[in-house]
Amino acid sequence: MKRLWRWLIPLAAVPVLVLLAYGFRLSPRDIPSPLVGRPAPGFALATLEGAPLELATHRGKVVVLNFWASWCYPACYEEAPALARAWESYKDRGVMLVGINIQDKPDPARTFLTRFGHTFPNAPDPAGRVSVDYGVYGVPETFFIDRAGRVRGKHVGAVTDAIVRDRVEPLLRERG
Amino acid sequence: MSRRAAAALALAASLALPAGASLARSPDPGAAPSAAARAPASTVSEAAVHEVAAELRCVVCQALSVADSPSETAHQMREIIRDRLASGETPEQVKAYFVDKYGLWILLAPPRRGFTLLVWVVPFAALLAGLALVALLLRRWSRRPGVADAAPPPLDPEMRQRIERELSDLGTR
Repeated sequence: MKRLWRWLIPLAAVPVLVLLAYGFRLSPRDIPSPLVGRPAPGFALATLEGAPLELATHRGKVVVLNFWASWCYPACYEEAPALARAWESYKDRGVMLVGINIQDKPDPARTFLTRFGHTFPNAPDPAGRVSVDYGVYGVPETFFIDRAGRVRGKHVGAVTDAIVRDRVEPLLRERG
Repeated sequence: MSRRAAAALALAASLALPAGASLARSPDPGAAPSAAARAPASTVSEAAVHEVAAELRCVVCQALSVADSPSETAHQMREIIRDRLASGETPEQVKAYFVDKYGLWILLAPPRRGFTLLVWVVPFAALLAGLALVALLLRRWSRRPGVADAAPPPLDPEMRQRIERELSDLGTR
């Protein structure tokens, strides 16, 4: 009995150590989104140029939805060239790239778009409605929406060419 | 339990969860574009908005509630709470909307049901178990046969004689 107790007390620390070992090994950047697998929340905004931008009109295309801001340095600046390249290589292959500019002002936002030569539609979300509908924590965040209008993936932080390719290609192979 | 204690508990629980660690986040812009200029809807009281906002975690600052955070995001979230309450939703429905978008993470106090009930129950269960263990050990230690209970050790005759001699010396003085 006594021998058993001598072992039991240190053993009680094991579950705590296991929990800590598990918790500290997780990447804090992997935020699970409850939206993955669900229909993408619809929105109707106006681009910085004043053109209407509605998600529903792009049903049937793979949509890459990028939340960004001109004050989001450096991550948004790091991913901007990759987004420009993605638009060039995918715009004629059934992919729609859409930027949502959050908590920003029109002038710095336009300066940002000019600087990186972004020609895909970009719309401000002045009241944050779309950001909250998508459960956005911060910028940049990028959502990958399939042809059927479902959220299929979410990337937190700057995207790279490889990340866009790995997420978009499988969705393009699916017939909508 | 106070809200502060509940928040501390939730924080402790979230240490083991992926979203608990700090995320590098850019600061809010210096100026609020349009939200700040908008007049609040008249039908919903500040108190009603505050009540819901106080239970939601601010997504950019994480250690604060939406009610306490001065960030632009929290401001926008308070406006969304106000609009949803004004449209006739109950506070529970408004909270459900945020949980739907962000997961249970958004709630400062985890719900007292399902898996997250553990967060509420385990600390008290552990406390009770610890107290029970201490009580058990105290009883056992106090019952251990001590000097008082044991039969007096046999005295050798030489010692007995010495004690008696010294006692009688005391008496004659």
